[in-house]
Amino acid sequence: MSDAEFPQSTEPTVQDDFEPVSVFEDGEMDLRPGADNCYKCSVCDTTCPVAEVDDDFPGPKFQGPEQWRLKRKDDVEVDDSIMSCSNCMRCDDACPSGVPLSQMHNTARGEYVDEQMSKLSREYVRNRILANYGTLARLGSKVPRLTNLVMGNSLVQRLNEKLLGITAERDFPAFATRTFREWWRERGGPQVQSEDKRVAYFHGCYSNYNTPEVGKAMVRVFEEFGYEVVVPRQRCSGTPMFANGMLDDAERAASVNVSELSDLLEEGYDVIASCTSCSMSLRQEYPELFQLSGIEEVAANTYESLEYLRIHEDLDGALADAAVDEQAFAYHAPCHARNQGLDRQAVELFREVDGVEMEDVGDSCSGISGTYGWKEEKYETSMKIGEDMFEHMHDAAGEVGMTECPTCSMQMEHGTGYEIKHPLQLLEEALC
Amino acid sequence: MPIRDDVVVIGGGLAGSMAALSAAESGAGVRLISHKKSTLRQASGLIDVLGAVDGDAPIADPFAALDRLPEEHPYRVVGAEGIREGLRRFDDVVGDRYLGSHTDRNALVPTHGGTIKPTARYPVSVAPGLASAAEDTLLVGFRGLTDFDPVAAAAHLEAAGVPFDVDGAVVEFPIQFRDDARTTRFAKAIDEDQEDVRDRLAGTVAAGIDGHDRVGFPAMLGDDHGTAVREYLEDRLGVAVFQIPTGPPSLLGMQLEDQLIDALERAEVRLSTGNPAVGYEAEDGRLTAVTVDRRGQEVPYHATEFVLATGGLVGKGIDSDRESVSEPLFGCHVPHPEDRYEWSESEAFGDHAFARFGVVPDDDLRPTDADSAVHFPNLRAAGGVLGGADVAREKSAAGVSIATGTYAGRRAGEEVAQ
Ligand SMILES: Cc1cc2nc3c(=O)[nH]c(=O)nc-3n(C[C@H](O)[C@H](O)[C@H](O)COP(=O)(O)OP(=O)(O)OC[C@H]3O[C@@H](n4cnc5c(N)ncnc54)[C@H](O)[C@@H]3O)c2cc1C
Ligand code: SF4
Ligand code: SF4
Repeated sequence: MSDAEFPQSTEPTVQDDFEPVSVFEDGEMDLRPGADNCYKCSVCDTTCPVAEVDDDFPGPKFQGPEQWRLKRKDDVEVDDSIMSCSNCMRCDDACPSGVPLSQMHNTARGEYVDEQMSKLSREYVRNRILANYGTLARLGSKVPRLTNLVMGNSLVQRLNEKLLGITAERDFPAFATRTFREWWRERGGPQVQSEDKRVAYFHGCYSNYNTPEVGKAMVRVFEEFGYEVVVPRQRCSGTPMFANGMLDDAERAASVNVSELSDLLEEGYDVIASCTSCSMSLRQEYPELFQLSGIEEVAANTYESLEYLRIHEDLDGALADAAVDEQAFAYHAPCHARNQGLDRQAVELFREVDGVEMEDVGDSCSGISGTYGWKEEKYETSMKIGEDMFEHMHDAAGEVGMTECPTCSMQMEHGTGYEIKHPLQLLEEALC
Repeated sequence: MPIRDDVVVIGGGLAGSMAALSAAESGAGVRLISHKKSTLRQASGLIDVLGAVDGDAPIADPFAALDRLPEEHPYRVVGAEGIREGLRRFDDVVGDRYLGSHTDRNALVPTHGGTIKPTARYPVSVAPGLASAAEDTLLVGFRGLTDFDPVAAAAHLEAAGVPFDVDGAVVEFPIQFRDDARTTRFAKAIDEDQEDVRDRLAGTVAAGIDGHDRVGFPAMLGDDHGTAVREYLEDRLGVAVFQIPTGPPSLLGMQLEDQLIDALERAEVRLSTGNPAVGYEAEDGRLTAVTVDRRGQEVPYHATEFVLATGGLVGKGIDSDRESVSEPLFGCHVPHPEDRYEWSESEAFGDHAFARFGVVPDDDLRPTDADSAVHFPNLRAAGGVLGGADVAREKSAAGVSIATGTYAGRRAGEEVAQ
């Protein structure tokens, strides 16, 4: 387009119905038809939070369709800038032409790490540790007080930075003295039995080890609505692994999760998650990247917890008579909530509740993107991206933040010093 | 109880946003469902109402030319009053950020390709560049920003016979970015005044002013602080400074999108974005819900009245394959020649049949089937999904979306109130 004119002045595009996950060739994903859908409008580039602050990052259009084309033609290696993509998946949502950008990035990153990254490098070791946060947390939470003491020690933090490249700027999230699963066991499992209202809770690592109060709120709210809640055996959702190109680790975790959850689907359970990156992963990244039996069914039956209630219950009605202590929140929608179409639901839902003031702090990315903001070399970029959000939080009336994503909440706390809550906790206060 | 509203609007572009706003005005509870970001991110940000009829351009007064449009044109349904109502509502949304409401007549805006566009509403920052003002003009572009070639644009404008001298100059942007940096990157630098860029930019350009009365830059002079940037530059350069609308990605289009979203939030319209509507539920001939795909499952969104504003071929409201053209959501009738070779002309800007593809509305904007019967009494359509207008050729895209969106939304609200 040479002008502020219209693309209509060319032939209508003939859309092949393109399903990236169903096109495999020799076991390798062929994303070419997806790449061909790109008409270079650059809308994806304008929504990329990394490209906005990091001039060296070529942006999603290059990482996705362009790199894909280059690689198919000659023996070109994957560009190392792929490691600077934070996997926020904003570009996916932006593309008007349905180019599967994040799937391309995940695949390229996997290939880069497999074939081009030295397994002995400090970066690889560090990324592997960060990506496997669940394992670390399992160990750490065995002796939570000791771990908190050690990890909170500034000398240890500086050592982490020097030896591993984990930034010393951040405080490690404290481990709960009792994990969610421990609480669940001690309480004796589900308190409500039901034949037709059943959910399986995918708590993920963070609400198990760090914020069990979110998991507890989830259980209490759902039981209040008459649901039988079960807590299946599970591993990390894989989100940090995708973001670090550790696709084999992610596939191992996914196969455990899919098999456990599939069994429960057969018994009439739907899957719910309280972390939007977990639900994103089960819903979108699993079927995009892996071929596992039952994976499509798990994806189709996984919901974010608030979303599930909005679809199946009269939440508006239940909240109409609820009143809570006067409180004001600065709400941030995580990128992975945005991509599932869930970015407005908390504000919409609580707007009418007596006593609650809820302000959306705008559509910027928080910048931490899981493990991204923990990397020494990415810390500054991460904080630059978050700047907008910090400012908006300060401007908002509330001195308490709210979000569905555990790492966004770390970043919000880090940047403002505010206490951060999950919408489920407010729902618990209003309804239970 | 499941998700329920009074009015559901499908499509978050200009048409859908205007429909939602005008339905909300009537007191109805409104939800707007949109799959992707709207095409406004790519659009110029100019609001064209009618700039050409049958190759006769530019049209000076769109209202005076309405009679010359074909019978099946959507403007014929909403009439001059419908267009005025839409524009009034649009003016409320943008407040003092747009100009043009003082007259029915089109303004002539120079575009980044060096053509002159007859348009009805334009951002304030574009105004000092209007081609009707006989002031000598300097167009400035930046090395590395391939989207805008000021020398070629200046030559085009001169060739178009503008009543003033135009020159173009490429200068070095004070901050070095990577080769293919986006306009948004430049805009952010200027907005935040990174590395004293405003002062340095003024210094670079001042040397070349040389008798020109005004200077035009591609539309990237800041964002939140756009007004301050322009005032600063005007002060330093001693001449008027204006922005030239660019192609995608377009800052002016994005700013308009932001203003629409703010207006929707103020009107308490519920926004659900990120997932496409894929089907519907109906009872006794009336639409009761549209279903939204949330990766595998379909979630019904119930309402009493519905507005279809999913856009044309670009917005994906109209679908085409090698055999046929269709409206994918409700399967509304889209007339088109059997023979694919009759869909288009060989000339790029010719009178293409496909440009007018779209659903056929009745006199209340309700889509009709091949026998002219309405599909659903409670479904109206607006914007690019409507057939009968060749908005690119007529230069009427935003106008059609605004007028029909406002009309459809108001009617939906009225029906709910009954
Ligand atoms: C490059 C470009 C330049 C332009 N320049 C100008 C100009 O100079 N002057 C002018 O007046 N106009 C211009 N326009 C046109 C104008 O901005 C609008 O695009 C036009 O008015 C169409 O608006 P719309 O709301 O009908 O459709 P769109 O803006 O196409 O919006 C349709 C929306 O519906 C959504 N959607 C589609 N299907 C579904 C579904 N199944 N479920 C949910 N959501 C769905 C899409 O995601 C999209 O958000 C330009 C457009 C483009 C693309
Ligand atoms: S996933 Fe996020 S960081 Fe990565 S390219 Fe896309 S928008 Fe940029
Ligand atoms: S938004 Fe989609 S079509 Fe546009 S440049 Fe990016 S990938 Fe290509």
